[in-house]
Amino acid sequence: MAGTLWVGTRKGAFALHPDARRRGWRLSGPQFLGHIIHHIVQDPREPKALLMAAKTGHLGPTVYRSADRGRTWREAAQPPAFRKAEGHEPSEALAVQRVFWLTPGHATEPGSWYAGSSPAGLFRSDDAGDHWQPVAGFNDHPMRPKWAAFGTPDGAFLHSILVDPRDPKHLYLAISVGGVFESTDGGAQWTPLNEGCAADFLPDPTAAFGHDPHCLVLHPAAPERLYQQNHCGIYRLDRPARRWARIGTAMPKKVGDVGFPIVLHPSDPDTAWVLPMDGGTVWPRTSIGGRPAVYRTQDGGRSWQRLARGLPARQAWFTVLRQAMCADRQPRTGLYFGTTGGDVWASSNAGERWGCIARHLPEIYSVTYAH
Amino acid sequence: MSCVVRIASPLRSYTAGASSVAAEGATLEEVLAHLERRFAGIRFRMIDEQDHIRPHMRLFVNTTEACELSASVHPGDTVHVICALSGG
Repeated sequence: MAGTLWVGTRKGAFALHPDARRRGWRLSGPQFLGHIIHHIVQDPREPKALLMAAKTGHLGPTVYRSADRGRTWREAAQPPAFRKAEGHEPSEALAVQRVFWLTPGHATEPGSWYAGSSPAGLFRSDDAGDHWQPVAGFNDHPMRPKWAAFGTPDGAFLHSILVDPRDPKHLYLAISVGGVFESTDGGAQWTPLNEGCAADFLPDPTAAFGHDPHCLVLHPAAPERLYQQNHCGIYRLDRPARRWARIGTAMPKKVGDVGFPIVLHPSDPDTAWVLPMDGGTVWPRTSIGGRPAVYRTQDGGRSWQRLARGLPARQAWFTVLRQAMCADRQPRTGLYFGTTGGDVWASSNAGERWGCIARHLPEIYSVTYAH
Repeated sequence: MSCVVRIASPLRSYTAGASSVAAEGATLEEVLAHLERRFAGIRFRMIDEQDHIRPHMRLFVNTTEACELSASVHPGDTVHVICALSGG
């Protein structure tokens, strides 16, 4: 099966269906027109199953579930929600504003899922996303209010929830303007994991937390290898080390190493792609100089190559959000990204050449591949 | 005790398209609980887990805005669920 490229937008969900050679794409949808769709994720343990993180402008956040590859959807019976605060702790009376991120659980735990929210919260389901429970070890951690003290203008997002394929109890997560955190006991205890990351917007550049990871990824074939696209650079960490190495310093100086997504090759831990954006002055977060380009490393970040064939050569001010770029698992890796201007771009040859496969969609929040 | 609840269009996927439904309850909390039993999931889209009315929702009993779920509802009242439109 060729698969489906799912596109979550500010106004609904769309799907792009490739032909056998990934040259022609058929757009279907919208589903849930008018709903804000932050993430659509396939269950690798049950490939017909998908979860969708949704909200409408006025109504509360929820999760929809599909058991038939996205043809039909049912709402979760109990969407992610924080514990109801006791009377004496009104300052911690948190309410989920957005379900922002979805991650399938470990391969040995069928039906398990994690969700991240704004304000920063972690939730788990053990019944394929129908009922969600707060992960108390994180949400009630005495440091959580400090870890998630700032957030972004759109809220303090908890994202990039990672499950170590070797150990279901080994978890990572990231909070925008909060940092990267690790648990080795299934989420009961958490510790910051930010050493080596720059945080030049903080008064204390050596702070243990408060950093701004935009996207954190773990290589499934080499789970000791983490990459991070941060507000302050691109980083790599090879565990058990705890100090991140800034690999973005090898990017061209005129381009810099700011962006939102970072995407890994499905089998080669040394290959990754980023899409740099302008982080200067007032942080426009658009393609550098109006000339969008993907950059690829094939040596773990020691060097980067510009991949821009087929992309606009000038006056194209793309913004690509952290969930809006992905790879497929075809022998010749397909890469995909969606812009906040509503265009979807694809490469069927690992970024060597790009073509636009959908235009005029609403603001794109996520692009994910379902195999 | 029966009242009428006017359902805003974003919530009508829960009421099979009905713009107006009957409900029971002496307070707004009870009316919403009755709605939830009939239309599972509808309450959480209006009321968060701390029992606060969501920021872009407004609830009225007849013509009086109800800011708390303890607001009284009487037989024959009309409860309006309003989505406060804003932005694009």
